[in-house]
Amino acid sequence: MTEMALPDDAPKVISYDKRKLNNDMSIRRVGKVGLAITPWIGYLFLWLPIAILILFSFNVSRTNAQWQGFTLKWYEGIFAGQFGSEARFNTLNLLASLQRSILVGVLSTILSTVLGTSVSIGLERYKVRFNRVIELLLYLPVVIPEITMGLSLLLFFSFSFSIIRQISGGAILPGLSLVTVIIGHVVFSMPFVAIVVRARLAGMPRSYEEAARDLGANEWQTFYRVTLPLLMPGIVAGALLAFTLSLDDYVVTSFTAGPGSTTLPLFVYGLIKFQVTPDINAISTLIVIASMGLVLFSVLLQRRRA
Amino acid sequence: MIKRPFLILSFVTALLLVLAAGQIAPNKAAYGATEAATTSAMSATFAATDAPTPVATEAAVDGQKPVLNVYNWTTYIAEDTVSNFEKLYNVKVQYDTYGSNEELFAKLQAGNPGYDVVVPGDFNVQRMIKAGLLEDLDLKNLPNFTKNAGARFKNPDYDPDNKHCVAYQWGTMGIAYNIKKVGHEITGWSDVWTPGHPMSLFNSNREMMAGLLIALGKDPNTTNRADLDAVKDYVLKHKDLITSFHDDDGQTKLARGEVDIVWEWSGDIFQVMADNPDIRYVIPSEGTMSFTDNLCIPKGAKNKALAEKFINYIYDAKVGASISNFIGYGSPNQAAIDQGLINIDALTNPLIYPPAELVKKLHGILDIGDAQTMYDEVFADIKAGVGQ
Repeated sequence: MTEMALPDDAPKVISYDKRKLNNDMSIRRVGKVGLAITPWIGYLFLWLPIAILILFSFNVSRTNAQWQGFTLKWYEGIFAGQFGSEARFNTLNLLASLQRSILVGVLSTILSTVLGTSVSIGLERYKVRFNRVIELLLYLPVVIPEITMGLSLLLFFSFSFSIIRQISGGAILPGLSLVTVIIGHVVFSMPFVAIVVRARLAGMPRSYEEAARDLGANEWQTFYRVTLPLLMPGIVAGALLAFTLSLDDYVVTSFTAGPGSTTLPLFVYGLIKFQVTPDINAISTLIVIASMGLVLFSVLLQRRRA
Repeated sequence: MIKRPFLILSFVTALLLVLAAGQIAPNKAAYGATEAATTSAMSATFAATDAPTPVATEAAVDGQKPVLNVYNWTTYIAEDTVSNFEKLYNVKVQYDTYGSNEELFAKLQAGNPGYDVVVPGDFNVQRMIKAGLLEDLDLKNLPNFTKNAGARFKNPDYDPDNKHCVAYQWGTMGIAYNIKKVGHEITGWSDVWTPGHPMSLFNSNREMMAGLLIALGKDPNTTNRADLDAVKDYVLKHKDLITSFHDDDGQTKLARGEVDIVWEWSGDIFQVMADNPDIRYVIPSEGTMSFTDNLCIPKGAKNKALAEKFINYIYDAKVGASISNFIGYGSPNQAAIDQGLINIDALTNPLIYPPAELVKKLHGILDIGDAQTMYDEVFADIKAGVGQ
């Protein structure tokens, strides 16, 4: 179609242009095919490891090295404790660590979402002294290496514990526990919530809130009826981000964990001494399915609203 | 518009409820049959051999069971060890896990958050003693240890007189290979280097250097630079056959066929041997390094008396045997061996319980202090020379 657009009265130029055009067209064709393939290569990189993980959760062998045959025994092992038969101690430990991970995830998500949202509203909607400084300090945990944060949290906790011990005269003996893990997770996930909510807030004109006030709503009503519903997509996105960050965190958790706070990532890392058994693959498969279900759920929810 | 937060809130609440139910259920299962039932059942179970006499229920603190905090590697204990101990003493055991000796050391150095029993490796024990992180053990409270432990595990180099710890499990490092690919049996280091059969070395300084030093007839804890240089020359002579340095996953590389020969921990290899009959493990005739993991009580333990009861319980012949039978490492519990409680397959396996003349050639790794820098330099040279 490009050839047809060329003028008729310039034969020499046409022959030259034809070559150039052919050249261009072939480059374009390569580009087209390349563009069509590239995302698939990307998807392959993203999904192939997960597909292999799922595949090996059905492997007879205890090792993840070779395919030995199909079995469901790893899934049976996981559910053994739930349905009658005696569960294995190590499987119970695995499940307990998963429960702890979810517990930490849910609690730290709730806390960091509430804190992150209020901080971003405060920074965006009200004139606060040293606004910029607070903002910069808030985003610090996002940029500093996780290992630094884990270490500083550990030092902070041991320092404050020793003070509490001295003040109470040894009556209160605090120590690292699930509580310190949750605090640690709130520290690193709150800024992410704040960033996401703030982006939403910045794009939201103040006029809605002003209109509500004009129509006689007090500050609480304005916040609850106008600001919060408009912010909700940002808050949900921030909360999901916080939950994901919390669920797979290893570094900060390992620094802040005490007795009774082995989370799933800590448990899996501890398996290095022996072998990552297919129990882990089975649990991971269930987690992948559950999170895909959650994503589907939220997509359906949004579609219904739209 | 307002519906959505409530939907999410209700979802979260539902999730929490499910969680709470889950948290309670296993506890119920574990403690449902306690008290009276336990004492009779347990004494029946343990009556056969020298059972630890079920001591009258520990004094309950505020109506709650005393809690023993055990900090160990993941899956490094038999399935029923903890639950039986809980029933026997009517206590609760909180079992937490770590992934490396370094992690354990760092956690305790920052101040023990409440662990009562930890399981460090032999040279970690030395470091921890130096750093003052371990309580003294009172061997009077560990009659099972005195009675049942093998002679080799009493008064070890890294902890004279068992002042701070007692052995938990032990094993060796050795040469693992695929006999189908290599085509001949390997008995020592001289059989390893055959053209066309790539080997992977262990990417951990002391473990690999110790193996090679012993291969050359040197002291695995040497601080003599010339010995280390001899190792370097030896490795570089064979560098064409060394295709990689693996982290603790040599067994997987071997099973996948990426290499034909690896230097690995015995227990790791035994796991892949179960699936692949072509894989062999050998303690080289020159000797090798062995490791011993230990039961210790860290400073700051809140429940030292109960911790000693736990350690003593593990040294019961039956309990010790069940742990080794599950993990597949060697048991330091001589009584368990003598009474035939260890799986016969393991007991007759010279790779787990080597013959006496080979036991003499087993060496532990000791803390070498500042000489570590020299090891690091030489090991870096070796890796650079091999081209990794």
